[in-house]
Amino acid sequence: MTSDMVSLATIDEPTNAALPPLFAAWFASRGWSPRPFQLALVEAGAKGQSVLLTAPTGGGKTLAGFLPSLIELSGAEAAPSTASRSPSPAKAVEEKEGGYVNPVIARLKAKAAARPRGVHTLYLSPLKALAVDIARNLDAPAREMQLPVKIETRTGDTSVHRRQRQRHSPPDLLLTTPEQLALLLATGDAQRMFGNLRCVILDELHALAPSKRGDLLSLDLARLSVIAPGHRRVGLSATVDDPDPLRRFLVPQARGENRMALHIRGAPGATPNVSVLASDEDVPWAGHMARHALIDILQQIKSAKTALVFVNTRMQAEFIFQQLWSINDENLPIALHHGSLSPEQRRKVEAAMATGTLRAVVCTSTLDLGIDWGAVDLVINVGAPKGASRIAQRIGRSNHRMNEPSRALLVPANRFEVLECEAARDALMHGELDGEKPRHGALDVLAQHVLGMAVSSPFDADALYGEVISASPYRNLPRADFDKVLDYVATGGYALRAYERYAKLKQTPEGLWRIANPRIAQRYRLNAGTIVEVPMLKVRVVRNYRGPRATYTGRVLGQVEEWFLQQLTQGDTFLFAGQILRFEGIVETDAIVTPGPPGNPKIPSFEGGKFPLSTFLARRVREMIADSKRWQFLPEQVKEWLAIQRLRSLLPRADQMLVETFPRGSRHYLVCYPFDGRLCHQSLGMLLTRRLERIGAKPLGFVASEYSLALWALRPMYHLDMNKLFDEDMLGDDLDAWLAESALLKRSFRQCAVIAGLIEKRHPAEEKSGRQVTFSSDLIYDVLRSHQPDHILLQAAYEDAAAFALDINRLGDLLRRIKGNIVLKRLDRVSPLAVPALLDIGKVPVGMEANEYLLAEASEDLIAEAMKVD
Amino acid sequence: MSETKFAVNGATLVADRSGALWWPDERVLVVADLHLEKGSSFARTGQLLPPYDSRATLSRLNLAVTRFEPKTIICLGDNFHDREGPDRLDAESKGMIALLQRKRRLVWIEGNHDAAAAVVLGGESAPEIEVGPLVFRHEPHQGRAKGELAGHLHPVAIAVTRARHLRRRCFVSDGERCVLPAFGAYTGGLDVFDPAFAPLFPESFQAFLIGRDRVYPFAHSSLAAE
Repeated sequence: MTSDMVSLATIDEPTNAALPPLFAAWFASRGWSPRPFQLALVEAGAKGQSVLLTAPTGGGKTLAGFLPSLIELSGAEAAPSTASRSPSPAKAVEEKEGGYVNPVIARLKAKAAARPRGVHTLYLSPLKALAVDIARNLDAPAREMQLPVKIETRTGDTSVHRRQRQRHSPPDLLLTTPEQLALLLATGDAQRMFGNLRCVILDELHALAPSKRGDLLSLDLARLSVIAPGHRRVGLSATVDDPDPLRRFLVPQARGENRMALHIRGAPGATPNVSVLASDEDVPWAGHMARHALIDILQQIKSAKTALVFVNTRMQAEFIFQQLWSINDENLPIALHHGSLSPEQRRKVEAAMATGTLRAVVCTSTLDLGIDWGAVDLVINVGAPKGASRIAQRIGRSNHRMNEPSRALLVPANRFEVLECEAARDALMHGELDGEKPRHGALDVLAQHVLGMAVSSPFDADALYGEVISASPYRNLPRADFDKVLDYVATGGYALRAYERYAKLKQTPEGLWRIANPRIAQRYRLNAGTIVEVPMLKVRVVRNYRGPRATYTGRVLGQVEEWFLQQLTQGDTFLFAGQILRFEGIVETDAIVTPGPPGNPKIPSFEGGKFPLSTFLARRVREMIADSKRWQFLPEQVKEWLAIQRLRSLLPRADQMLVETFPRGSRHYLVCYPFDGRLCHQSLGMLLTRRLERIGAKPLGFVASEYSLALWALRPMYHLDMNKLFDEDMLGDDLDAWLAESALLKRSFRQCAVIAGLIEKRHPAEEKSGRQVTFSSDLIYDVLRSHQPDHILLQAAYEDAAAFALDINRLGDLLRRIKGNIVLKRLDRVSPLAVPALLDIGKVPVGMEANEYLLAEASEDLIAEAMKVD
Repeated sequence: MSETKFAVNGATLVADRSGALWWPDERVLVVADLHLEKGSSFARTGQLLPPYDSRATLSRLNLAVTRFEPKTIICLGDNFHDREGPDRLDAESKGMIALLQRKRRLVWIEGNHDAAAAVVLGGESAPEIEVGPLVFRHEPHQGRAKGELAGHLHPVAIAVTRARHLRRRCFVSDGERCVLPAFGAYTGGLDVFDPAFAPLFPESFQAFLIGRDRVYPFAHSSLAAE
């Protein structure tokens, strides 16, 4: 790779570049003038430099990414800069002297015809809808400037005919998703398609990079660097706290060097106008539904042209949507949008939004990313913001005209959320964002990639290892791990070498690894990708339920997770797609429902949301509680709540953790307040329970929230040595013992097994339902764990579970932070701060660990025992 | 730990949490659908499942044998996942099967997946056998079959509990006959409300669900259909 890709510089909008006349004229014809960052990208493009562009949403960021490619494809030269890579100096001079349009176009066409075949610029987006939308938007400049450029998309929806044509006669600009790229790279056509690649544009890179999809993408980029050395990359990203990991992601890495792409920052945009709802109603002690704030939310919608109402979970979305309509006297057009609705229904809402016929959309994170809707002038966020970056992204969905401030309202659903919203508002005012956790490339993803590379052509293990460690997530991958992954792909990686004869990869006499037969390539194609769906069932509405044997043909409203439906019994009512539905039964892969009665539906489960409170925001909340001078913006009730807490118990310093103990009823409680997110607290709760059991406190249960953890037991706990109880050593044996049994680890294993190709996502003949995958992967997990606990997929599953499902890293940080900083308060009754936690008891679903107890309780034996008369 | 007992055609049987059925009066241990070498069967088609399933299945069987010390072991068919299974079985697993037969009778009932396992591994082999009031066969007969113990269907049932539905392998019985759960490590299951079970238990049945610590009886009315 060229050395100018290695740059530590960050530039803030240099302006010494200029657009070629054709482009300048086009900008002028639209009444636009190029933004400084757009010019900076043009200049970097001409030099062949890779860049990370961070800028607020909108404002011509995407166009900036494409400009250098369009200019290059047009044959014009960009900035008359000394370093520009002109194919011939004469032309550059001619360009400077010229500047009138018509001869230029003529010359461009001639030049384009001479350009080597293949994709010139590859655009990758996390959403296929976004790729399609961008292709449409590029059509205008290409047409109006008569650029000789062929622009095409390739997604799962692209016809077979078109895909084939693309492979033989590739477009100049190809817009697609990382999964499609992986499939293309695993064909023999990769060299022909991408051999002359000049540029890769990665959109929404901040969302894509820190995930398994990002891992796969990084490996595919590494392969592109081999196929087309010297191509440059453009990363488009929202503003991030630390851009360096993304800058590294964009360029090939080398051991011992710190290679990063150039960083160009767009203007920060106006400071957003953010407020926290100060409702006249009582602020609830607990809960997540913001019932008290509905009238205020509707008022706000009325005050805006178009509002987006963001919530954290699908349940909240359904609830808020239904409640808003129940008080929507003016019949304002308010719609609902979340990932479980049927695609047609979502497209309808998106289309209505684009034409400006809606006043509000209640939505989940499905609208965090994606298509620009210029008309949105208010963002309302209901519930906990969770993180400053996340809320900044959501707020950025309003007012895409750069110079006007975005307007946003944060609506806390309970008292702790008031604190969190205030902390988030404060961070936004100061332009501060969360840091991203560092992550290592996942091994299951690597396994999939290794197979894909063998499918494309036989490879040399040393060369592939070198390629893999040039991808930044894998830059520290030990060779031993790579070899284990290769061995896994070839023969399963089992200590019992039983499968040599069934190996998927075999070595040629020259020592290259190749696939054993063509069936393996076919299977790879059907199973590629890192998105493993949870088992879902279709929700089908019918007029009458005629039992489980009947055939039903009603309308499909969307899909719901199987685990949710399994909690329902016939007659239960729930909200979905904005309607009250009555659950009747599961017939094959459909959940059959009938229209429910009016009134209050039963919402049997509340999923706390996938996003834990960010470390950064948690620290700000702790600081706010500790410092009463910072309470000035808080509502009176919340101030009073904190003041009484200080009086009755205490308010800890920001570096301390408060532990309270008190008796209540026949139980003894221990409540602590780490503010480290529900996942982390849940893991802490599991581990503390084991420990309390061992020392004879007879723990009975616990409940974890985003802010606190409450445990209760038969014996008092005030006399325990808290520093010992919360000692870091719980992350040793206790953790391993608990994890091995944990349903979470089994779930992670299933994910890894599907991604790594141990279990098939789909068979060539029929689609395997998620239900079957779940069942057999648990059996495989049990057998593998008892016979080969160090298998590479168990290692991958453990790393996933520790990082995501259990937040073990964060728990480790927490335990280190509070070491010697625990303040214990023995109380004779519940404290104000503990009330929300106690109110949650009974509402939070019983953990998976309790399954055995649940079975015993439900079985006939219990009844028999109770009815025994002898 | 309490045992879960029930009667079939007058014989008192114990549903063991290993998935085996124990008949104390005759000292007979019954297991169904071992599906040995299922892992390697999949491996032949390119899906490299861990090759430890036969060992896992046989060690569990061995544990049950050590606990109950039966005079007779009856395997109710589908002993191997495919016909070539016995040839792929490794030496250690073969050794385990040889050990099972020491000082006791081992009967292989032939199922629809089986070649004669006895030829390779020793023991007797029969399409079905009768012992007292019970008859042992692989596939349950359609309609009434007094005293029949069979496998083939891999029953699982879904218990309705306070918090969620739980799906477990189970024994199914109406007092006249019993269908055993699959014993093999990689064997999946068929819901007891599947039409395949309807002709076997026309009136009602009890399901004995295998938990981690013991076996739990449920009336069919407190189970959910899948």
